[in-house]
Amino acid sequence: MRKVAVVGTGHTPFTFAAEKSCMELFSEAAMDAINESNLRPGDIQAMFIGNVLGDFSEGQLMVQSFCADDIGAFHIPSTRYEGGCASSAVAIRDAFIWVASGFYDAVLAGGVETAAKMGTPLATRTFAMGHDSHYEYPTGLTFPGLFAMLAHLYSSKYNVPLGKLKEQMALVSVQSHQYGLHNHLAQFHKEIDVEDVLKSFMVCSPLQLYDCCPFSDGAATIVLASEEKAKELTDKPVYIIGVGQSSSGKLSSQKDYLPRIRAREVSAKQAYAMAGIKPEDVDLCELHDCFSIASIIASESLGFAEFGKGGELLEKRETAIGGKIPINISGGLKSKGHPIGATGASQVCEIVHQMRGQVEPERQVEGVKIGLTDTLGGDGVVCNLVLQKGW
Amino acid sequence: MDYKLTFKEFNSALKKDKLLGRKCHDCGKFTCPPKMACQECGSTDLDIAELSGSGKVVTFTVSYVASQGRETELPYTIVMVELDEGPWLMGNLTDIDPNKVTMEIVGKAVKLGPHSKVLPGDAYSIGAKEAEGGFARPTFVFA
Repeated sequence: MRKVAVVGTGHTPFTFAAEKSCMELFSEAAMDAINESNLRPGDIQAMFIGNVLGDFSEGQLMVQSFCADDIGAFHIPSTRYEGGCASSAVAIRDAFIWVASGFYDAVLAGGVETAAKMGTPLATRTFAMGHDSHYEYPTGLTFPGLFAMLAHLYSSKYNVPLGKLKEQMALVSVQSHQYGLHNHLAQFHKEIDVEDVLKSFMVCSPLQLYDCCPFSDGAATIVLASEEKAKELTDKPVYIIGVGQSSSGKLSSQKDYLPRIRAREVSAKQAYAMAGIKPEDVDLCELHDCFSIASIIASESLGFAEFGKGGELLEKRETAIGGKIPINISGGLKSKGHPIGATGASQVCEIVHQMRGQVEPERQVEGVKIGLTDTLGGDGVVCNLVLQKGW
Repeated sequence: MDYKLTFKEFNSALKKDKLLGRKCHDCGKFTCPPKMACQECGSTDLDIAELSGSGKVVTFTVSYVASQGRETELPYTIVMVELDEGPWLMGNLTDIDPNKVTMEIVGKAVKLGPHSKVLPGDAYSIGAKEAEGGFARPTFVFA
């Protein structure tokens, strides 16, 4: 298998309801990525696009085909990925495999979502389509509900008193906002404190408003090229050196591991093994903090803390710049925003920008050589990517 | 390969207060809700079995937000129950005011109450012939 590099990135601001269509947002990000790669649309051999709910938010299927045509990449193979919140990470992993195998030399992979446009009731309903529609959705399950159940289970299983866990969870959101404040692409630009979190509206007990990511609109994408092609295009290639992906059944079928998401452990192990690294080798992580508790749970399964002790990373500021494992210095899903089809690609863009020294100085992490991304779609599609600075 | 215990059959049985699942010929364990393959060992040699409907609460949430069209249900309590036979089953807990629910219910014994609540379905399940008459949801009460 050949080495594969990220040669260009494109990322729209993540916002509340956008006045552009999915296709327009993706085309903007795509042109930025293609231009940054010193390529033209005609050089792109295939497109891999994550988009979960375009059918519902705009009555639009097949956004991938319209996007290719829109930017002048006429008649190229273009495929849509639906993996819930992991869609564009899965798209990138697939794109990586096609280039690594030698089938393509230069492709575009990313994603777009306009979830905020739908308004909360419809967005809540359509997101809930990620659950088992027959056996679990009828109970009134929603995504905040699912992670709320994991939070209560975490408290009882690991004997962390709920009050203490909620404070640890609040620290996740506080840190997210602290860094999102300085990210010009982020949806929220305001700092919050623990009290703000604990006083906010109860969504699904014990999760409150500031424990939850927003509905967001936006697009993000990258151009991937073979090592040889990358040499012609950039002197700052970021290689994808490890990939992993796994799936899960409905929540009740994960009983042997909850609140751990077993799929993440399977996927991360694949990615780490392929990259030849251990958790302690990761310099920067963008993980799936759709809800504050999800961040704590993810950090443990990714090997950054023992099970039941993830909250201590926050208490000891180990996840901040300068800490043992900087996590979500972009602001994460909570403060940067979470247009679900785009999030996986957004995480890759962030790590590339950090490695290239291109982020705002207030949130620049020094010396990032190895980055890890982590996305969780639905009740359990997980995709992990390991990135390595190539210069 | 025929799908032996479909949602249609599970749903009809639940509306009559019967909890059906599958018992594995190879490992003897139960799979509920039913699947094509055994939850535990992956075998597809499974019988249809009736479960007791009894178990204990392993986790819960009280929801104050609803999917579009279900706002009248608010607030409501979702529970994950570990059935006596082993599988976990998601349902609703109905014999306590949702605003009074706390971590105290974790570990409490529950059983399937009579008359499982039925969700009528919405625009996205119009074609669901397997759910004619609505989707029954396991409705638990304290044992």
